[in-house]
Amino acid sequence: MTTFTVINFTLLTILTVTALVIARLRALYEAAMLTALSSLVTASLFVLMDAVDVAFTEAAVGVGISTVLLLGVLALTRSREAVTPRHRHLPAIAVTALTGGLLVYAAQDLPAFGSADSPVQRHPVTEVYLHQSQKEIGVPNTVTAVLASYRALDTLGELVVVFAAGTAVLLLLGPLTHGKRRQNLDLMEYKVLRVVSSLLMPFVLVFALYVLFHGDFGPGGGFQAGVIFATGFVLHGLVFGLDKSQRVLPPAALGSLVPLGLGLFVGLGVVTMLLGGSFLDYGTLLPTGGPAAQHLGILTVEVAIGITVAAVMTSIFFAFAGRRPTR
Amino acid sequence: MSGTHYVYWLLFALMMIGLYVVISHGNLLKKMIGLTLFQVSVFLFFISLGKVEDGSAPIISPEVETYSHPLPQVLILTAIVVGVATLAVGLALAVRIFEAYGTVEEQDMQERDEDRHGAAS
Repeated sequence: MTTFTVINFTLLTILTVTALVIARLRALYEAAMLTALSSLVTASLFVLMDAVDVAFTEAAVGVGISTVLLLGVLALTRSREAVTPRHRHLPAIAVTALTGGLLVYAAQDLPAFGSADSPVQRHPVTEVYLHQSQKEIGVPNTVTAVLASYRALDTLGELVVVFAAGTAVLLLLGPLTHGKRRQNLDLMEYKVLRVVSSLLMPFVLVFALYVLFHGDFGPGGGFQAGVIFATGFVLHGLVFGLDKSQRVLPPAALGSLVPLGLGLFVGLGVVTMLLGGSFLDYGTLLPTGGPAAQHLGILTVEVAIGITVAAVMTSIFFAFAGRRPTR
Repeated sequence: MSGTHYVYWLLFALMMIGLYVVISHGNLLKKMIGLTLFQVSVFLFFISLGKVEDGSAPIISPEVETYSHPLPQVLILTAIVVGVATLAVGLALAVRIFEAYGTVEEQDMQERDEDRHGAAS
């Protein structure tokens, strides 16, 4: 047994046990905190499986944003779950046993974990993404190359979903600006928190910029930078109160940033079409074409993604934090 | 099948725990947490299929020869951000339901609906 197997097995077991405990807990605050823990373990597993970009995103999203959202909703609603009646358990056990059994049965056909000759690795696209991309796009981080260039249209679709989800939340929870509200998330009286978070704030934002612009060469990119930006503002909002952070980032400005990124992305596609290429064909951006034009296109797309993701995540947080509890 | 299939089995166990919570629990917020667990296991399953033994992160450098596959990573990277955005929509709906019904338990909501219908007829 190698060290890799031991670490992998241990982390997966911790994850499964955490999930079991979450399923049994009726106190939802504790369940939300354990969900954050499971996200952290998941991020470690992503690093172990060589998915550093994904680990980055999971750490910022799972541990940061989704935990804050869950806790915010628990503050608005009830944090104790009712006892699940016995008659609901049986059908659930039957369904999960059947599905789980089928999955384990089907998994016999799956290639061994980590094998180099699995269908995934033998597919012709592997060669293109890993080696040909170095000549065509010239970006060492192939995840960025695939995300922002080869599959840019796909990424545009994902960004539209993020945009739509953000709009849906704002429609459900009302506009961000309305009169005086109760501060349900305000930790101003904690001096240590205040000092530490105001010291951290610039570093978080500079780090987000680093992640955004360094995405070509190392782990990073628009999605990661967007969520890191948002965690910076979430931290500010939590510690200094919503009113203060909305003075820093007015809801009107935030609202216009949400469609700006999406517009930039689509606009780039239209520009490449006007220049005579197909939609999002970066080769037309510069007369010389090649990697330099690809770099330009990728950078624009990453900035567009970063703007929309950061604005959507921050306004979702503002929407939840600005909601007045009805009790 | 080989000795490394424990990865898939553990991920399926995690997936089923998530599914179980979604089906059996009546609390909407608990359902959302269950859905998150399910989602995480699908993410890990995708990433595990792209992993190569002794491989490295797919960032090309002269010293490295084996890389894990970048495509599953791209798909999951965007899926995580989409996942949290849709989670927020679910939570927003739960908040609105709580404001209308005063509860997030399915059972109580049904009872309240029946009371309302009973009063109307």
